[in-house]
Amino acid sequence: MQENEIIRKINQLLIDEIEIDETQINPAADLKKDLGIDSLDFVDLFVIIENNFGFKMKAEEMADVKSLQDFYSYIIKRINPN
Amino acid sequence: MTRVVITGMGIYSVIGKNLPEVENSLRHGISGIIFDPVRKEMGFRSALTGMVERPQLKGVLDRRMRVGLPVQGEYAYISTLEALKNAGIEQSYLDAHEVGILFGNDSSAVPVVESVDILRQKKDTMMIGSGYIFQSMNSTISMNLSVIFRLKGVNFTLSGACASGSHAIGIGYLLIKQGLQDMIICGGAQEINPESTASFDALNAFSIRESEPAKASRPFDRDRDGLVPSGGAATVIIESYESAMKRGATIFGEVIGYGFSSNGEHISMPNVDGPVRAMQKAILDAGIKSSEINYINAHATSTPAGDRNEASSIDLVFGASKPLVSSTKSMTGHEMWMGGASEVIYSAIMMNQGFVAPNINLENPDDVTVKLNIATKTTPCEINAFLSNSFGFGGTNSSLIIRKV
Repeated sequence: MQENEIIRKINQLLIDEIEIDETQINPAADLKKDLGIDSLDFVDLFVIIENNFGFKMKAEEMADVKSLQDFYSYIIKRINPN
Repeated sequence: MTRVVITGMGIYSVIGKNLPEVENSLRHGISGIIFDPVRKEMGFRSALTGMVERPQLKGVLDRRMRVGLPVQGEYAYISTLEALKNAGIEQSYLDAHEVGILFGNDSSAVPVVESVDILRQKKDTMMIGSGYIFQSMNSTISMNLSVIFRLKGVNFTLSGACASGSHAIGIGYLLIKQGLQDMIICGGAQEINPESTASFDALNAFSIRESEPAKASRPFDRDRDGLVPSGGAATVIIESYESAMKRGATIFGEVIGYGFSSNGEHISMPNVDGPVRAMQKAILDAGIKSSEINYINAHATSTPAGDRNEASSIDLVFGASKPLVSSTKSMTGHEMWMGGASEVIYSAIMMNQGFVAPNINLENPDDVTVKLNIATKTTPCEINAFLSNSFGFGGTNSSLIIRKV
């Protein structure tokens, strides 16, 4: 899957499933402070990502994921490890 | 002791989604019972149920507030909005005062079933998501609404089977009477779905008059053959008389008596003695004579034994004065955890509008129910005080007395 396709899909899932305001979607946005994604939303993201990308996110790998760009990078790396 | 008054009421029921709709149904004896083909396909003995559409809260509540809210919580949110509105309570008031919440609820089956289904299928708890835990606990109503409305007072759920909603108002009344709280959002909520009633259907307790859904719930009638499960939510705002006066609030009634008892016998078979003691304790607490009660909203669910025993109980306590009696379950079906709260609202509507709603489908009383003065038609009546009965499995009994102010 192409990177821009992955990013577009992540953005759409955040808008549709987590109900993030489309205007707030910005790679530099802090997931917690800017997008308001709290610890419970992360629990739902585990489900959303597995259902839509077919892999399990690991909590320990999310420690350094702060911004939306970090999140894109993490997902892209899990999908395209090479 | 502090006087306790009702200053807000809200209802989301199978006979109306707000107070005016419910008043209309009560006046005209309109049933909210339907035949649900899904239940038949699932293997239910009876596919009869009360039914109300699910509220659409997307765009009303944000996602986090909706994710943990089960369907009966959605009903309760709507009924609480209406109650707060006619109580004249805005969010700024809730933010500035210690307002509590006590709701009656005794199940939340669907989220339990769905979350376990996911686990069995996926074999991974991480696939369950964040909402089911908050949806599946019995305290889901008080848990969610206390967060949505940012409440700061007493906050818990009462599970007392089909008397849950009544006990919630009773305990709230005691807390305000003791001066421990000034205002409490009380009520009851009941989910409507096959999952929550399947095991109840298994007890052969439901009416099987499936060819005539509107005639299936027939409390006190000789040919009654069981109850019809139902649901929704009802919210009653109770507060100290002093607080109500200070706010200039409209008062819908004063809670003057709460009586409770336990049968101490069978888990599902009701008796006569327990309800008698609950009603007598309520009358004693109210400090009035039984003859001062003009209307009794009976628990009567349309089961052969339950209605018979309640009729005997009412006759023992009120045989001399014979107040008007009706069971609004003839229209609503059995609202179970919600019923004790909704029936206070139905009765308060009648008290404030000067009528007694009919006990529809009572065509022929039996040898015991004939002893009661049952309203079979809408009856104009000056109600100065009413008593509302609620009984439940395990022999829990609650009687509330409300009077006009």
